[in-house]
Amino acid sequence: MKLDEFFVTGDPLIYGADVSIALTLIGAIFVLTYFKKWKWLWTEWLTTVDHKKLGVMYIIAAVLMLFRGGVDALLMRAQLTVPDSSFLDANHYNEIFTTHGTIMIIFMAMPFLIGLINVVVPLQIGARDVAYPFLNAVSFWTFFMGAMLFNISFVIGGSPSAGWTSYVPLAGLELSPGVGQNYYLLGLQIAGIGTLLTGINFLVTILKMRVPSMKLMQMPMFTWSSLITMVIIIFAFPVLTVALALMTFDRLFGSHFFTMMDGGMPMLWANLFWIWGHPEVYIVILPAFGMFSEIISTFARKTLFGYKAMVYSMVVIAGLSFLVWVHHFFTMGAGGAVNSFFSITTMLIAVPTGVKIFNWLFTLYKGRIRFTTAMLWSLAFIPNFVIGGVTGVMLAMAAADYQYHNTYFLVAHFHYVLISGTVYACFAGLYFWYPKMFNHRLNERLGKWSFWIFVAGFNLCFFPMYFLGLAGMPRRIYTYGIGDGWMSLNVLATFGGVLMGIGFLILVYNIYYSFRYSPRETTGDPWDARTLEWSTPAPVPHYNFAHLPEAKGHDAFWIMKEEKKQGKAPEKKPYKPIHMPSYSGVPIIMSVFFFIAGFGMVFSWHWMSILGLIGVLATMVIRSFDYDKGFYVSVEEIEETEKKTTL
Amino acid sequence: MKSFFALSMFLAVMVLSGCSNLTVLDPKGPVAEQQANLILFSIGFMLFIVLVVFVLFTLILVKYRERKSGPEYEPPHIEGNVFLEIVWTVIPVIILIVLAVPTVQTIFALEEAPEATSHKDPIVIHATSVDWKWVFSYPEENIETVNYLHIPEDHPILFKLASADSMGSFWIPSLGGQEYTMSGMMTELYLQADEVGEYRGRNANFTGEGFTEQVFTVTAESEEDYEEWVEEAQDAPKLTQEKYNELMLKGHTEEQTFSETHLQWVDHGMDAEYATKVRNGESTDEDDSSEMDHSEMNHDDSEKDSEEHSH
Repeated sequence: MKLDEFFVTGDPLIYGADVSIALTLIGAIFVLTYFKKWKWLWTEWLTTVDHKKLGVMYIIAAVLMLFRGGVDALLMRAQLTVPDSSFLDANHYNEIFTTHGTIMIIFMAMPFLIGLINVVVPLQIGARDVAYPFLNAVSFWTFFMGAMLFNISFVIGGSPSAGWTSYVPLAGLELSPGVGQNYYLLGLQIAGIGTLLTGINFLVTILKMRVPSMKLMQMPMFTWSSLITMVIIIFAFPVLTVALALMTFDRLFGSHFFTMMDGGMPMLWANLFWIWGHPEVYIVILPAFGMFSEIISTFARKTLFGYKAMVYSMVVIAGLSFLVWVHHFFTMGAGGAVNSFFSITTMLIAVPTGVKIFNWLFTLYKGRIRFTTAMLWSLAFIPNFVIGGVTGVMLAMAAADYQYHNTYFLVAHFHYVLISGTVYACFAGLYFWYPKMFNHRLNERLGKWSFWIFVAGFNLCFFPMYFLGLAGMPRRIYTYGIGDGWMSLNVLATFGGVLMGIGFLILVYNIYYSFRYSPRETTGDPWDARTLEWSTPAPVPHYNFAHLPEAKGHDAFWIMKEEKKQGKAPEKKPYKPIHMPSYSGVPIIMSVFFFIAGFGMVFSWHWMSILGLIGVLATMVIRSFDYDKGFYVSVEEIEETEKKTTL
Repeated sequence: MKSFFALSMFLAVMVLSGCSNLTVLDPKGPVAEQQANLILFSIGFMLFIVLVVFVLFTLILVKYRERKSGPEYEPPHIEGNVFLEIVWTVIPVIILIVLAVPTVQTIFALEEAPEATSHKDPIVIHATSVDWKWVFSYPEENIETVNYLHIPEDHPILFKLASADSMGSFWIPSLGGQEYTMSGMMTELYLQADEVGEYRGRNANFTGEGFTEQVFTVTAESEEDYEEWVEEAQDAPKLTQEKYNELMLKGHTEEQTFSETHLQWVDHGMDAEYATKVRNGESTDEDDSSEMDHSEMNHDDSEKDSEEHSH
């Protein structure tokens, strides 16, 4: 292979990206070396198995990916603002919407949520770490390396360009001969390992690591939503793993699962993809529901309305999520009975979702509502998500869907549910739990600026798209003619997109500003909140709880505070040594080998992939013979730490 | 205040979009009309739901904000209300039933030719997507067109859809909803135009580089004009297999007319491999495998040809 085929050439935007990547790398290396931070980075972060630190790393990676996906989005908006624009050519535009979709779902939404789950869930259930801390680090690093593998595609070898759904035959070797699609397959495959491990890890953690006094029906709603999400992950992700593997075989080793030639079945891919893909939508929305429940309850100063209904509605949604996948291709001509069945199952999802909306509204009813930034994001979710939800019901009506399908009406719908659901939740959760992670709050004034600008921009960007869809504008076209009459709404949408970008930049600035100027926390409970994570002191010690807390019902920490007010002080018990897991460099090294193997497979350099896989195997062997059973935190150290922390 | 904001934006967009035509809600045939009616029917219910939630939301936020209730107010402990929860489970279920009935009815109605003209025999047209063009075959009239269609008004058309390569979606928004075209499979779609006019059709499903320009025009005309056009088209040059194989190569092409159809050599609804074989310079004749070696040598030439023809 020639060097100019290896590196993507010829586009000034790509050269710009090359330069910025090089500068960022050099800058990072310089800073780490100058401040002598390499050792600190390795021992404190890269080898950590602490769920709180892994969560923070997930969130940092997700914010970076949000930036990348957001730049992609703005490039698309720039191209579509005016008719017959020549800013991007068709191929470049195709690559950009493919990476935008893939990155936002797989490498932004999921890690952001999993990051928050990592930080919060063990604390909410009174655990000192997750069930399998080592595996948790493997999860993070395989996700990270998968994301990096996917992301280098645009400077080395070329990006995938067959859409995030990668429908065959288009994504097959015959019609997409470049290496881009291989990046998609292997990047997702490696990151998928991490997700599946997370699913198993947190399922066991939530079921087995709760403080003994916490019953299932007393768990905080975010923990409940995480538990159900993990069950969906465990059932859905193996389907993706298999589908990706089959397509990889097709492309690298000449098999014929999905090809046009020799009796392959292209539509099988669409089915497998959406059997994973639709539950995936709920994987990214249920934790969001959980977070909104916590935040709304906290800032309305009321317990959650209809706790049991909230739990059961999520269980129903999870079950239905596996029964609706055909609604992604009603137009396949499957016949009236099939389309009717999937129309009705899809519509049914609106019922448990509606129950949740009304339960949130009635949690607010008779509350004492404080409009903090976290609360504003959660409140804005309700009306925006309802718009996304009712248009979802419209899309579920198959006969009408023949007209909405593949248009901007659909684009508007899923951005309304994914942004006002998942992204608002990520921001709300970030503002809410930020003091738990970094021991200071984010600035509220900047937060509110960012909120209003982003929410206004979001509605301005995506609401017009419903009308673009009804005006017949299909998704994924890279330009349109002046005669189509789609310009005025596209200009509006671009303007909204720019506002969203500004809102995001203010959020990023807020992180810097608050790091410099926000007062440090003096208590572990800045919001007067209700669940156990807020009973930990500030900063949270690495062992989380010196004494395991006691859960006397839903809103366990609120009950503790009420009892304290009534003068029932908990008796002081002596500390006992705490068993904690040791840090390990194996997960990151194993994942680097995964990256090497994946990179080799992308280019069909089999010596390299074999080398990488041997490395993976070797690290597994090393881990198997690792007899390190962790260590005990001594009573002296606990006393020392507890004295330093406040509360 | 939020709902007010959203509502004012809704109105603003409605006004703005008045300039651009909402094609889907301006049907020109019975299929699109049934769909537009279903859409408008559902929008009514959706606006009602949105209104209920927005009003409740606004009232609660205004009434129970801390600035109004004061910092001493301590909210009551309410765990739920079985009656209310049943209400907001049952009402959505009723709304969904009301929506599901016409949905299912329309789904099945669209599988048949439109009722008003069901006494007429539908005209059968095979629509085949090939990267990145549309090939239309009229088997009974024995004509074939590329990138344009002529149809008579008030006459049901039965489209038999297939793809020579990547999956496309056949869509004429003014006349009705879309349906996929797939290689090796055949789907059927009834459409009909009630008004004489020019409509735009396109591929709605992403097929790669040339997807945006994979469009065609539909001319709906009176029965007489249509007959005239058919006769004219029957005098067009004959479609040869060589000519047809050129169409199989990736690329765009201008509108073309032929007498005779490609169905004599290949039915893409049955044969998923034809276009790929042509592109690879392989024999497209199932029985003749001895040509393989010979044709692979021509591989590079045919690639070069395709470049020239497609631009």
